[in-house]
Amino acid sequence: MHGYANPTRFLRFARPATGWFLGLGLALLAAGVLGGLFVTPPDYLQGESVRILYVHVPVAWLGMAGWTGIAVASLMQLVWRHPLAAIAGRAIAPAGATFAAICLATGSIWGRPTWGTWWEWDGRLTSMLILFFLYLGYIALASAERERGGDGRMAALFGLVGAINLPIIHYSVLWWRTLHQGQSISILGGSSIDRELAWPLYLTLLGFTSLFAAVVLMRMRAELARTKAEARLRRRAAE
Amino acid sequence: MNPWPFVVAAYAVTGLGTVGLLAWAWRSMRVAEAEADRLGRRP
Repeated sequence: MHGYANPTRFLRFARPATGWFLGLGLALLAAGVLGGLFVTPPDYLQGESVRILYVHVPVAWLGMAGWTGIAVASLMQLVWRHPLAAIAGRAIAPAGATFAAICLATGSIWGRPTWGTWWEWDGRLTSMLILFFLYLGYIALASAERERGGDGRMAALFGLVGAINLPIIHYSVLWWRTLHQGQSISILGGSSIDRELAWPLYLTLLGFTSLFAAVVLMRMRAELARTKAEARLRRRAAE
Repeated sequence: MNPWPFVVAAYAVTGLGTVGLLAWAWRSMRVAEAEADRLGRRP
């Protein structure tokens, strides 16, 4: 990871990788969405509304994975002073916030035909809403620190402390058994969803993750270019 | 209750949000890189 501490070396990887992640993400997403909407059968209990699963689950996963990325970047910044860590944290935050917002919106839309309500102060829904507000707080704090020329340490501390919410979101369906269903898919433990229904989900999961990676790389490239432009302007002013 | 309007709404929200995020990230990257290149070229 420290090999990419040098921005030039990082850009040598990021420039081609951005296009690859974009292309791969769009292709996987197109296949997953078409499969989820038109190929898989309706669920025996939820009927056609189960098709919301193929977009809701990936954006929920990325909302949480985004904050995990921020926490890792924060740790790298505070402990190892990795020069790209603060940039990575700031690049991840808008993508994570967008996916957390989409997760809340699609969950609410799914809730109406399934539970009969748009919103309930259920443990999973509430902790996800808190995650969205944490993203907004992180974006505001990191932007303010950058504008003042700070090193982003306060935002990094906020990123680490905010990670407390991640296990709360994960275990909320076990701790407070209310409306939201329990976990039906996990990275290590497999899936309780039938294979006939599950395959488009794996495609959309990979597709959204690739697009997320592309957005993070684009944001990092923008930040590095802005830093370079500012340095060139300062050098000119000093001449 | 017909579930299809809800399915369509969920996919529309996701599509608009994702495309908007990608377009914003792409544009800000292109603008920032063009500006850095321009400043690097100017004598």
